[in-house]
Amino acid sequence: MMPESNVQTIRRIEAEPGASFWRDAWRRLRKNKLALFGLAVVVVLSALCFLEPLLCRYVIGYTYEQQDLALGPVPPCRAHWLGTDPLGRDLLARLLYGGRISLMVGLLGTAVSLTIGVIYGAVSGFVGGNLDALLMRAVDILYALPFTIFVILLMVFFGQDIRLLFVAIGAIEWLTMARIVRGQVMSLKQQEFIEAARALGLRPSRILLRHIIPNLLGPIIVYATLTVPEVILLESFLSFLGLGVQPPQSSWGVLIKEGAEMMEEYPWLLTYPALVMALTLFSLNFLGDGFRDALDVRASKD
Amino acid sequence: MPLLSVNNLSVSFDTRAGVARAVRDVSFQIEPGRTLGIVGESGSGKSVTCYSLMGLLPQPPGRIEAGQAVFDGVDLLHISRRQLNQIRGRRIAMVFQDPMTSLNPYLRVGDQLIEPLLIHQKITRASARKRALDLLDEVGIPDAAHRIGMYPHEFSGGMRQRVMIAMALITKPDLLIADEPTTALDVTVQAQILELMQKMRAELGMAVILISHDLGIVSGFCDHVIVMYAGRVMESARTEELFYQTRHPYTRALEKSIPALQAKGRELYTIAGGPPDPFHPLPGCPFAPRCDHAVDACAAAEAAPLEVAPAHLSACLRVQKENLQI
Amino acid sequence: MLRFIARRLLETIPVLFIIATVTFFMMRLAPGGPFDTEKQVSKEVRAHMEAHYGLNKPLFQQYLIQMGHLLRGDLGPSFKYPSRTVNEIIADAFPVSLELGFEALAVALVFGLLAGTIASFKQNSPWDHVPMSLAMIGLCVPTFVMGPLLISGFALHLDWFNAAGWFSPRDRVLPALTLGAYYAAYIARLTRGGLLEILRQDFIRTAQAKGAGGARVLFKHALRGGLLPVVSFLGPAIAGLLTGSFVVETIFGIPGLGRYFVTAAFNRDYFMVMGSVLFYALFVILLNLLADIVQVWLNPRLRFE
Repeated sequence: MMPESNVQTIRRIEAEPGASFWRDAWRRLRKNKLALFGLAVVVVLSALCFLEPLLCRYVIGYTYEQQDLALGPVPPCRAHWLGTDPLGRDLLARLLYGGRISLMVGLLGTAVSLTIGVIYGAVSGFVGGNLDALLMRAVDILYALPFTIFVILLMVFFGQDIRLLFVAIGAIEWLTMARIVRGQVMSLKQQEFIEAARALGLRPSRILLRHIIPNLLGPIIVYATLTVPEVILLESFLSFLGLGVQPPQSSWGVLIKEGAEMMEEYPWLLTYPALVMALTLFSLNFLGDGFRDALDVRASKD
Repeated sequence: MPLLSVNNLSVSFDTRAGVARAVRDVSFQIEPGRTLGIVGESGSGKSVTCYSLMGLLPQPPGRIEAGQAVFDGVDLLHISRRQLNQIRGRRIAMVFQDPMTSLNPYLRVGDQLIEPLLIHQKITRASARKRALDLLDEVGIPDAAHRIGMYPHEFSGGMRQRVMIAMALITKPDLLIADEPTTALDVTVQAQILELMQKMRAELGMAVILISHDLGIVSGFCDHVIVMYAGRVMESARTEELFYQTRHPYTRALEKSIPALQAKGRELYTIAGGPPDPFHPLPGCPFAPRCDHAVDACAAAEAAPLEVAPAHLSACLRVQKENLQI
Repeated sequence: MLRFIARRLLETIPVLFIIATVTFFMMRLAPGGPFDTEKQVSKEVRAHMEAHYGLNKPLFQQYLIQMGHLLRGDLGPSFKYPSRTVNEIIADAFPVSLELGFEALAVALVFGLLAGTIASFKQNSPWDHVPMSLAMIGLCVPTFVMGPLLISGFALHLDWFNAAGWFSPRDRVLPALTLGAYYAAYIARLTRGGLLEILRQDFIRTAQAKGAGGARVLFKHALRGGLLPVVSFLGPAIAGLLTGSFVVETIFGIPGLGRYFVTAAFNRDYFMVMGSVLFYALFVILLNLLADIVQVWLNPRLRFE
């Protein structure tokens, strides 16, 4: 029996199935029941919410703004599965519509913060030196400020355009993303394995694809997933103050606010929206945690 | 009467990829005041063996399947945590491979140094500190009074390892286990650390187990050596005998690989092939696929280490049966 | 260390200045003015009131005047409550918000640290899953749901507390819990994560090899590093607690600065808004400095940067 040569050994190890970073991560994610549950919930809820116009017309029979003043607020019954509010509007329809708005705010707000954060962090980490010191000092200062106050001011003063809402919210959340991306870029710059890969003769594209991008994408995916629920919570906070989405539009935050006001008389108006929003936030958090475990992301900002 | 007697130790790890059998039926002994070297490649199970003795294996996923480790009449593997804590740090001390990560970066060196004294002896902080200062001097840390208040990251690699050694020896243990103490250090510093360990050993009269992948280091330091491969003992003998009367092909291969012993200008000798898969051990001798002397019988059945000469064990089937000359 | 503190304090001045400027221009450039909603007021009276407060002067001149006042610590009069100055209102209301904030922080730290530590030591057991699930709930339920629920349960049905008000020490409990819940949850998760990370490190193994028992390993070796993520979080947590108090003050009827601030913003009560913003900013910056000092104390590696 001829002993295996060194080259053969390397080839054998490389050829092993599941050696890819993403496949490993996916496998770990699949084993995480909570994360899968979260994923399922998010997918189902999103689908329901975005299909809201169709569902309202064909399944539920009411739209979110359709009033029935004669009917008034009724608890869940056959005609209205989740009940109605004092203006006779069907709660289920409003919940789905509100979900569409809340999820959209969550996604777009996160997208804004992601964009700002990634660019800022990547530039700072890549360029390094004094620019990095300056940029990170700015982040440190901004991190300390009660940004929310400014968002409140912004929303109060400049009207409650929903687009402004995305920008304002994104402006609060980008700081953490910037820090994380910068941290990753800096540590990647110094990694010996990059030099090792080059020394082994791996093509630059291969290095980029198999080493750099997975290391950057990992934390980004994790924190993006965890930012969405923060944004949704923030939007609901603003709605409570009357600064979020405005009528006739609605969001879960608005529904919860209205429900909280009438909690004693018409509890269903608070319970269902609160439950649905909490469920969504749960699921997103579990999913984000699942990503973090699967991609083996260690959050260290120092 | 041996100070420590390890009998038939087997340790496994339950991982996502399966069960890895890291240590298989390992036995060795060490007398008081003697030195034992454990040599092997990465993954040979040498470190896991000693971590199990000290109760430092994370018990899931680690699992001690069988065996005993009798230290001064007490089986370390079968006592309570409380009893183990009375032995660890006081009678058996350990020095680890990477002094940067093995010292607590958030605490001053002095605090970590006196800790074993505070744990195991009724002693005042002031006396403990005095003892620590003396010890720092002995291990060769200059300006000890000032440095004792510093943090680990303010020391160089060699100095950190000296601190680790001081920390291990401060309670005057009976046995010191040193896991690759010089691997993370520069070559010049390596020699100093080894010298220091020799000196302290002579002063304190303690036994030392030195774990290393470097046959050269072990041969300079130890009276007796065991060679491990794939979790098993391949050969065990007094140092001189191991080198001059090698009785296992793996040991011979290791010797041949030492660069300093090879002729200049020739290609370096390497052992062909790679280490075996711990998740799927093959039947028979684990070294057989790479062995120049292997025959079919080697791949069929494993040979447990047997005495092939006085106090000289070998796990090579052919050496045992045919007295094969290596 | 002292240089660090001095530098940070010096930094505060330009930061506050920028905040004041940004706030000023945001307010004045926004549509609407402080007297627009006064229905029973005729145009002439309105013009007179505006002139009285100097609002008819050119914008930049107003800016300079305002800055001058601020430098002297004079926060100006309130439009909404003409008999009181902003300084007075803040002096009454801010301590209330501050107290609420600290109590909520205490709740967050005590529950969060305890739960997180226990969970990290007993990983994957019920001692881990139960607190972490509760923490998840705390993260996902907004304060304005938690508040009414707590009121409904403990105040109205069980009658253990008052539903609103800020009179007796008992009145502090529900608001502090409501405000602190989210942060307790966050801190529990951070603590658990931080400790788990530390407990995997080599130096924990070294401590065990020295014969250290569980308590010593935890308190002497693990906590210092393990608490670092929590301490870094304290900065934004403080900011969040102060702003979060707006909602809680509204729900529980607490006379804190938060309510004044929001109403002032809606009413374009310029000086009130400016005063509140500056006050919040100043406090948050100072408390952050404190948090950073603690962080440096815990992590000696930071001392050399």
